[in-house]
Order: sequence, then C-alpha cells, then structure tokens
Amino acid sequence: MKILVAIKQVAARDSLFTASADGKWIDESNLEYEINEPDAYALEEALQLREAQGGEVVALCAGPERVSATIREALAKGADRAIHIRADDIADWDTLATAKLLAAAVKTEAPDLVLTGLQSDDVGAGQAGVAMAELLGMPHATIIMQVLVNGAELRVKRELEDGWFQHVGMPMPAVLTIQSGIKKLRYATLMGIKKAKTKEVKLLTPGELGVERAASFEVVGVSLPQRSKQTQMVATVAELVEKLKNEVHVL
Amino acid sequence: MSGILAVLEAGHKLSGETLAAARDLGAKLGLAVHSVEPGLAYTADAFTDVLTELIRAKQFQVVLFPHTYQVRDFAPKLATRFDRALISDVIRMRVESGRLLVTRQLFQGKLNAEIRPLDEPVFVSLQAGAYRAEAGEAVVVEELPALVAAPRQKPEEKFREAQRAVDLSVAPIIVSVGRGIKEKENLHLIEELAAALGAEIAASRPICDNGWLPMERQVGSSGQTVAPKLYLAVGLSGAIQHLVGMKGAKTVVAINKDPNAPIFEVADYGMCADLFEVVPALTAAIKAAKG
Repeated sequence: MKILVAIKQVAARDSLFTASADGKWIDESNLEYEINEPDAYALEEALQLREAQGGEVVALCAGPERVSATIREALAKGADRAIHIRADDIADWDTLATAKLLAAAVKTEAPDLVLTGLQSDDVGAGQAGVAMAELLGMPHATIIMQVLVNGAELRVKRELEDGWFQHVGMPMPAVLTIQSGIKKLRYATLMGIKKAKTKEVKLLTPGELGVERAASFEVVGVSLPQRSKQTQMVATVAELVEKLKNEVHVL
Repeated sequence: MSGILAVLEAGHKLSGETLAAARDLGAKLGLAVHSVEPGLAYTADAFTDVLTELIRAKQFQVVLFPHTYQVRDFAPKLATRFDRALISDVIRMRVESGRLLVTRQLFQGKLNAEIRPLDEPVFVSLQAGAYRAEAGEAVVVEELPALVAAPRQKPEEKFREAQRAVDLSVAPIIVSVGRGIKEKENLHLIEELAAALGAEIAASRPICDNGWLPMERQVGSSGQTVAPKLYLAVGLSGAIQHLVGMKGAKTVVAINKDPNAPIFEVADYGMCADLFEVVPALTAAIKAAKG
C-alpha cells in the first residue's frame, strides 16, 4: 500500500506571536518551528499501517527552505521518501490554493491512501484534507481515531461531538484527516536520523505543478484578541487565596 | 434570486445561533434569509451534492454553517466545488460599507485575523458564542433536491464508548490542567491542589491524547461540557475547542506564564506565573486557609 502523508510545519506552540510589519500575518523573525501536531499523528498512523500492510510512506510538505527540517524529521521517523513543494510565500496561500498545490503533488504519486492532520495549529482552518479529496475525486472522512484496511476497502472510526463515534466504510483511494491521539507517537532513533540523510527528497515548485496562487479572501489585519471579561490580575498566591475565600467563596 | 442561506444541523445547539447570524447579516446587507436543514442520512458526498444543486439553482451569495464536526466534514468539500475556500471557525461578522468582514482566530486563539471575502458565493462557518440564538422573523425554508449519485461513504450506527465513570458536569469545583504541566510525572501537583480544594480534575485534549489522564476527564468540544462554581485552569492556554466546554463556569481562575494566553480572555481572576512555582504554594495556602 502506498500512503502519502501531507505534513505542515508551524510556528512552535509556545511562541510569543506579534503581527508582522504590514499587519497581515505574524512577525516570523525569531520563531522556532515544529511539525503540526495532528500531522505528526497522521505520519504515525501511516508508519504503523505500512508496518502492518507493507508498502511505502511518502511525506509531502509545502513551504520555504526551513520546512526541510520537518521533512528530515519525518524521514528519520521512518517515511521512505519525501516531496518538498518549494513555496517561499506559503503563508500567503489560502486554504484552497494550498489544497490545490498539495493535490497536484498527490496526483503525481497516485497513492492508495492520503493522510493528514485534522487541522493546523497555526491557521486552524481544518480544510486541506477535505478540499484535497474533492480536488482528487476521492472519498474522505475526517477526525479519524482508527483506520482498518480490508483489501481495497477502508473502515474508519470517526470522532463525533460529546463522546460519540461512528464507523464509516469507503473504497480506496481515499483521504483521511487524523485526530491527535490516534496512536502513541514514536521518537526518531539515532539510526533513523542517520538513514534520513540518504533518503530521497524530491523538490517541486508551484510552477512545475501548474498551480497558481489565487485567493478567495484577503486578510485585512491581524491583532491581539480583545478581552471579553475584565480579568483581575493577581500577583501573589496570598492575594489569590484571599479572592478564592472572600469573592469566590470556595474556601 | 439570491440571498443568504443558513445550512442548519438538526438538533444541534449551534443551529439557532447560525440562524440568528443569518438574520442579522440579512438585515445589514439587505438580503433575504433562507434556511435549509438536510433531512437525508449524513454522508459528506450526499450533503455536498444536494447543497451544490440548491446553491447553484438559487444563486445564494452567502452560505452560513454552524462550525460543527459534521460541517467540518463536508463544508470544505462543498466550498471547493465552487472554487472557494471556506472561511471556517468564524467568531465575529460585521458589515462595513456594504461589505462583509469576518474575524477568525489564528494560533489557537492567540491572535485574531479579520478577513474580507473576495468572491461570491461566500462560505462561512460560525463558532459557538458568535451570536445569541433568539426568535426572529420567519425565513424562507428551502427544500433539497433528491440525491442522484450514491455516496461513497457507508456510515454505521453512532455509538459511545464505555459509560463515563466521571460526570464533570455536576462538579462544583474543577481544577483543569493543560500542556503547561509538561510531563505526566508533574501531575501530582495538580492532584494535590484538587484534593486541597475538594475539586474534580479535568484536562485539555492534549493531556488526554498523551494518556496522562483518561479521556473522560477531557473538557471541550470533543469532551465534557461543565458549569462549575469555580474553574481553575492551570497551564492551559485556552484554545477555543476547550473554551466552548467550560464557558458556563461561574468563576474562572487562570494560572499561565504566557500573558497573551487566550484563557485570560475569559478568566475572572488571572495570575501570570510559572505553575511550578505557584501551584505548590497555592496548595499549601489553601490547606492553611481551610484549617
């Protein structure tokens, strides 16, 4: 089975974010980057499916030079090879345009299964997987907690709201968006890190894929949220305990 | 013919808010408001097909959805069919000079982005809390065309895992922990604090994903909804998926070292501090205060 995993590199979760000079995105200087967490789970699921079924795992990532680190991490964990869509302005591509870019690369591989995380930790649109499915003409399911493969058929466990679940069947090829926590994440081994250096990373450009950046919307501005409540900030534990006792009345 | 279409989800609490949003927007943009509640069995393929037909036939300019798990499953596909990006998880809409502007969050609520849709139809899904559900003028209720193609997804019956042993919805005091706790080995700090307060322990999703606490202690859109007298959030940034599960709390106290953590937006009392320094001292002080 050939599995393609679309992964995204995002700014580290504990970064202090400020708006960029033009006010339309974040200031990217001095940021650390990491793999988008749900995508790490999608990669883990792909690796475990390959270990059970045989086949190949191909990591796909779009972005500037810096995403090479995330691609290497995926290869070190066990992906067989990778595709890097070199797009230095990836932050300016909206969700649909990004999905078109990824889908064009997926088409060159014709995989049996496409996995990605249910959403990204930065933009959080939660659309790349579903939009890709439509563009590729593949069936899909989202927020997946279990993947069972039976010949050319899939049976997946979807997470619904309020603790409900549902199994859904569909034919392959298909696109699944994976929920965090589906399996326990592995760490890259020293051997894996060494091997990753020799694995193939194919470079593609949007031009080579025949995809142009088009936009359905424009960002007017990025700003810090306004507080909806008047938060009383306290400086000491003694002050907090006093509030809990005399204002919240729980002590 | 044109207007705003509110796509409602039967029985979902967010449907009322979405209809209220459609009415508000209709009044501001001078557009007729229509609604539809698909009655057929849910699959992404079926919903996409029938809604595509309806939107094409009636040429709606704006299509609004509640940001539910079901909508997340099909709305991006529907928007893609119209060569549009869905603008998802929107927390606010406004009209300026006759043009729609929407606000959505970035970086799990740490920043907001205001967005101007460029081309119609515009597809927007609304997060809980954006509008108050209330009765209003009747809207045009649309019928959906019959389904032509068989959906590829074959859904089975919905089910719940084993009965929940913990019912957090009735807990008067909850101490909730997030990623700030760093390691499972540090959880005893939270357990001791909860014991001192006589509180139940809850957590954000990543803590349960890691297996540090059982899934049934998760608060948020995929976990439990709680409404305690006191919700003490420790090392918990407050992503919107978490906030929707605890906004019914009477009093929210947040301890977080990041002054921009979104949890402070909903907190009544906040302490910007390192939990590893503060929590043991707080536990001791609460014990002392209780005598």
